[in-house]
Amino acid sequence: MEAHMKPTPIKAKFLTPGVIVLILLAVNGLMFLAGRFFFGIGSVTHLSDQYPWGLWIAVDVAAGVALAAGGFTTAALGHVMHLEEYHAVIRPALLTAMLGYTFVAIGVCVDIGRWYFVWHPLVMWNGSSALFEVGICVMIYMTVLYIEFLPLVTERFIGKVNLPGILKNLNRPVERLLRALDRGLSKTMFVFIIAGVVLSTLHQSSLGTLMVIAGAKMHPLWFTPILPLLFLLSAIAVGLPMVIFESTLAARSFKLKPETEILGKLGGMVAPILGVYLAFKLGDMVIRETFVYLTEFSTASVMWTIEVLVGIVIPLRMFLSPSVLKSPALTFTAAALVVFGVALNRINNFIVAYTPPYAVHAYFPSIGEISVTVGLIALLTLMYRAYVMIFPVISLPQDRPALHAKYAIRTEKS
Amino acid sequence: MKQPSRRAFLKTAALAGGTVAGLSATAKAGPKNVLSPDRNGVLVDTTVCIGCRSCEYACRTAHGLPTPPLETYGDKTVFKEMRRPNTGALTVVNQYPNPTKSDLPYYVKVQCMHCDHPACVSACIVGAFSKQENGAIIWDTDKCIGCRYCMAACPFQIPSFEYEKALNPEIRKCDFCYTRTQENKLPACVDACPVEALTFGPREEVVRIAKQRMATYGNRYVNHVYGELEAGGTGWMYLAGRDFADLKFPKLGASPAPGVSEAIQHGIFAYFVPPVALYAILGAIMWMTKTREEGA
Repeated sequence: MEAHMKPTPIKAKFLTPGVIVLILLAVNGLMFLAGRFFFGIGSVTHLSDQYPWGLWIAVDVAAGVALAAGGFTTAALGHVMHLEEYHAVIRPALLTAMLGYTFVAIGVCVDIGRWYFVWHPLVMWNGSSALFEVGICVMIYMTVLYIEFLPLVTERFIGKVNLPGILKNLNRPVERLLRALDRGLSKTMFVFIIAGVVLSTLHQSSLGTLMVIAGAKMHPLWFTPILPLLFLLSAIAVGLPMVIFESTLAARSFKLKPETEILGKLGGMVAPILGVYLAFKLGDMVIRETFVYLTEFSTASVMWTIEVLVGIVIPLRMFLSPSVLKSPALTFTAAALVVFGVALNRINNFIVAYTPPYAVHAYFPSIGEISVTVGLIALLTLMYRAYVMIFPVISLPQDRPALHAKYAIRTEKS
Repeated sequence: MKQPSRRAFLKTAALAGGTVAGLSATAKAGPKNVLSPDRNGVLVDTTVCIGCRSCEYACRTAHGLPTPPLETYGDKTVFKEMRRPNTGALTVVNQYPNPTKSDLPYYVKVQCMHCDHPACVSACIVGAFSKQENGAIIWDTDKCIGCRYCMAACPFQIPSFEYEKALNPEIRKCDFCYTRTQENKLPACVDACPVEALTFGPREEVVRIAKQRMATYGNRYVNHVYGELEAGGTGWMYLAGRDFADLKFPKLGASPAPGVSEAIQHGIFAYFVPPVALYAILGAIMWMTKTREEGA
């Protein structure tokens, strides 16, 4: 049945009531964003000298990077290990990663005070800085993701280049360019695919190293020298659930039949990885004896319990159950819980665990910060919708068997 | 569709691996971070300070920051709240009660500690912070991107950011009067102090003076030089008449703040071996599973 599935641009109306809500949220966010760029970060955020990092770094950047991990996990399974059954989800995961990282980059530019110097790390190096490594890896990886996406562009437009009006003369050169690109890419794509996986393991873990230097300010429930390992494991663990989460939502939105079988198979992979993550997290807790902090009732202990119980233990139990894997609704719920758990882990690490020595007031994100974050997520969702309607991303059942497609590409002939 | 041949696979993979490995030769760039034996330090004797805040005035004047006239600094009501250095004041003095003599409260001057192993220098994404030979940690406006990682990293919560500015916001903190000390002048605050609560000199000498004072006037001080060992040692050090925790000094161990994170970073990037090895392993897996697929 695998052979009958073929990535196809989805035909649907772009505007629906849900889309209009997303547009409104995006516009609201953009208005606050304008405030930030015209009147400074202080005018829209609750950030201060005590809390230099807030919602934007925790969610837009840290959680954004983690939730885009589906891109490299599915690439590793499908392209590196050649497990054919994952091919149907590689493209949606790739698109999520590409758009996800694009919005991480936008999020970084929103948060840093001098966004016009965002390129500085490319020429001003500091090898001892974890943030430098994250920055460089994210920049290169984003480029790799765009290169990995190019085959979808060539596949969509080869033989169909039809520019309007005066640009018509360019049709043939563009066509030739696309074909040359396609040929070159199919020969070299594996270099980028492996690079993408290596770059991802590097910066996903280094994102965890970020707060190690602030150890004295971190709550012991989260602070551990193995933070980079925990960040990497949780990123790998959230990769497939994110694919399940987003494929199910897309299928629902476009009224497609959910790919129950594939998603169930993906779900079966989640439990072992999630189990390893949980084992390291709890093992570290036992070794460092930080469980004593769970006996006191505080924001930290409550948030830790929610993160581990709702975000790891419950979905782990669900993914271990065969009946859950057979039910799209339950698989989706379990996947959503993992996504929630990892996002909450990033929020906990960057906001809840951060306890500055001279804090006169607690940090809670402002309306402006929340609006911008929500607006950017809405914008990302809208772009996802537009992309799957333009490019062959989502696999649909075909009437006739499709030809075998590799990293891409248009089928043989020509 | 045509698959790349195995020979081409190896060729391209080797080329990519070589490029990455080649980068390691140039990857030694980093900010200046020297620990010169001649670095300076300051001893702050909180039992001598009278809370006149002349240092605050001198600091603002030396750094071109707006300041109210000197006469207003006698106003003691500012001590009602604990203040922190910020973009408009690179040093501030706070008042703490003296449990034995209530009419002689303790005053604690706060500013950048100029660590021997600074977290900000290690953390800064572009190396905008640097530790100079004379001990000063200074910030370079031409590099800074305003990410505020230095603020998250600093164990003393010192760097301050101009949140209200839309263009070219600055990170501000005490620069140990780098331009003044280059001209062989004392730091402005040390120069201004009327009671010699601040002692400027080579760090080793300052530590020696601190210990000498503790030995001579034993009952005046708690037996601790704050900053001698904290966070791997700091340029500014303190003597106090009561426990440092009561004076709101953060309790820090003797290990430098950047120690663990730098060990992790340098471990991951030891001559780029781990990433290149991972690349090779993944390439091998890809090649082998592909063979299997073709054979099938």
